[in-house]
Amino acid sequence: MTIATVALVSIGAHPASGRARRAEQDARAVELGLQLAGDNLHVLHAGNPHEPALRAYLGMGLEELHVLEQAHGADALPVLRDYIREAGVQVVLAGSQAETGEGSGMLPYLLAEQLGWPLVVGVAQVESIHNGVALVLQGLPRGQRRRLKVRLPFMATVDNAAPKARQSAYGPATRGVVDAEVVEVIVDELSTVGVFQPARPRPKRLKVIRAKSAADRMKAATAKATGGSGQILKGLSSEEGAQAILKLLIEEGVVR
Amino acid sequence: MSDIIRRDPRAEWIARNRLHPLHAAMQPASASWMGPNGVLRKNVHGLGFIGPNGIKRIDRSGAQQGGTVKRAASEQVQLPLHQVPAPAFYICVVPDMAGGRLASHDRDVLGLARQLAGSDGAVLAVVFGECKETAFARAGVDRLLLLDSEGYAPEQRVHDLRAVDNQFAPRHWLLPDSRNGGAELGRRLAASLGQRPATRVWQIKDGTCLGRAGAGLQDLAQPLPRLILAAAECAEPVSETLHEALPVQLPTDAPRCLPRIEDLGAVAVDPAATPMAEAEFILSGGNGIKDWGLFHRAAAALGATEGASRVAVDDGFMGRERQVGASGTWVTARVYVAVGISGAIQHLQGIGGCDKVVAINLDPGCDMIKRADLSVIGDGAAILQALIAAVDNWRKSARRDAA
Ligand SMILES: Cc1cc2nc3c(=O)[nH]c(=O)nc-3n(C[C@H](O)[C@H](O)[C@H](O)COP(=O)(O)OP(=O)(O)OC[C@H]3O[C@@H](n4cnc5c(N)ncnc54)[C@H](O)[C@@H]3O)c2cc1C
Repeated sequence: MTIATVALVSIGAHPASGRARRAEQDARAVELGLQLAGDNLHVLHAGNPHEPALRAYLGMGLEELHVLEQAHGADALPVLRDYIREAGVQVVLAGSQAETGEGSGMLPYLLAEQLGWPLVVGVAQVESIHNGVALVLQGLPRGQRRRLKVRLPFMATVDNAAPKARQSAYGPATRGVVDAEVVEVIVDELSTVGVFQPARPRPKRLKVIRAKSAADRMKAATAKATGGSGQILKGLSSEEGAQAILKLLIEEGVVR
Repeated sequence: MSDIIRRDPRAEWIARNRLHPLHAAMQPASASWMGPNGVLRKNVHGLGFIGPNGIKRIDRSGAQQGGTVKRAASEQVQLPLHQVPAPAFYICVVPDMAGGRLASHDRDVLGLARQLAGSDGAVLAVVFGECKETAFARAGVDRLLLLDSEGYAPEQRVHDLRAVDNQFAPRHWLLPDSRNGGAELGRRLAASLGQRPATRVWQIKDGTCLGRAGAGLQDLAQPLPRLILAAAECAEPVSETLHEALPVQLPTDAPRCLPRIEDLGAVAVDPAATPMAEAEFILSGGNGIKDWGLFHRAAAALGATEGASRVAVDDGFMGRERQVGASGTWVTARVYVAVGISGAIQHLQGIGGCDKVVAINLDPGCDMIKRADLSVIGDGAAILQALIAAVDNWRKSARRDAA
């Protein structure tokens, strides 16, 4: 039995050139969906169906891509919510942040809130789905993983801990079908209050030295990094030394 | 006793005036005695005092009195205490507290909160779970709310934060937009409160905030919303004032919510597979390691990612990708254990971002020990052996306790 899975995709932008492309994290969501549901994966986009960059998702081996047609700047949330509610899906996958527009990463949270589903953030792997309960591995900073148990239906976002997306092939990309559906347009309020401007380089933080005397300033400028009050254990047997180190490692929670 | 030198001009004048009857009494004490051959001997080293920079000074002008006074190298500055007895409003901050301590990102966000609070508002820090931090007062926290929380329970936390929202009605919510939890919690809170947050905010000026948008090619300027997820280095951390960090409490315990996501705990990952720059716990070996087989066994037993100094890499014991330092990888580990590494400046640069450094070395005078928080002087091989045995014992007893 395969699980009815939907992957939400958006149009990305290359970080250097700004050219439209498949969004990196959304492609990872599609990859995860393909591993989970195989050919039954349903890929959904809200926006312009004629955007050529959308075909890059089809190039990952999809036969069809569903588009809810909307004008630029319209709010995608209500149409996605209604669609998902009616489609009877069990798992919704999405990237954690869009590469164009505001990119606040709020969409999955709002969608999950409005659907009343649990949301799992930063999924690296879906281990198993049995009897309506899924075991997923969540990617944490520093390469760590956490195992979570969640009931279906649920919503999941992926970030760079998820498996890398497969390459997009040109042939399937041109053969695939983009299935568009016109929906009602709801204008997003942000377009009226926020102003987009080209990113300014952020100022580098300076190391400010607040010293009273010239001697202190000289010392601060030339000093080597010191941990300050380090504890030095001398003349101990190696067992005692090892115990002291182990105590610190356990306190810090790095030895488990 | 105060460190400030108080001058007594009259005593100075008497000390200079050899004809004054009190002249002898005002001289700095200098020991002299009759030698065995009938020659008067003087201890010239008793003279003078150690100047502020550690250089000996002899002052013959008479200005110096009372022999040698050793001055403390630098006095601890007493920061002024900022008090908010009756806060007009609250600025609520939820720091990440990765590893139970305030990280630099948390401090930046607290600095930003401090700016928003001004003189009438109070910064309320909400801290979940176990907390090892002792310096909240220095980070600019006026009120501190400790809430207990176990494991990964984002839904419960949002629930608690909503209770805080009802109780204190903060003017702003500030969270670090970081992968350590702030980004997730902030967005969950935003979705739950139904308020649109400003994300990746890096500047707040005159009521507008500037945040990165999209893939980082654009900035989004908007009027300051109630919920702000701030990027690292969004403001200078608080450094010039001391704050009260008064503990506060929620009047009633927020009811437990039924968790829909169950935390089954951390999963063991292969430490060798985590990139060094990201690794949390690194065991690093240098020229002092003779038995590399033992070193690898120790790393496996501790579950640490392996690192090395340049000498160990140049000698072919470790791969180039394992080199820590200026010409290798800059690591950010929370715990860095250096075995047989002398601590050359090129190596110390690479571990500048590490939290706790442990040094194992034969030489008590080496630079690594000056940097380390805990140093054990002794033979690296013997200590690694003992460490492997100790970890095994600890794991066994922990398992027995659990069973
Ligand atoms: C341009 C440049 C760039 C460099 N970049 C880097 C860099 O990126 N990373 C880097 O690491 N180095 C770098 N170096 C090299 C650096 O200057 C040092 O030479 C190097 O870090 C020293 O390595 P070490 O501490 O392992 O060896 P050593 O300096 O030889 O220190 C060995 C230490 O082991 C101790 N020891 C010996 N036997 C034992 C024992 N049985 N038990 C316990 N302790 C013992 C000794 O007391 C000593 O402190 C660079 C140098 C240059 C010139």
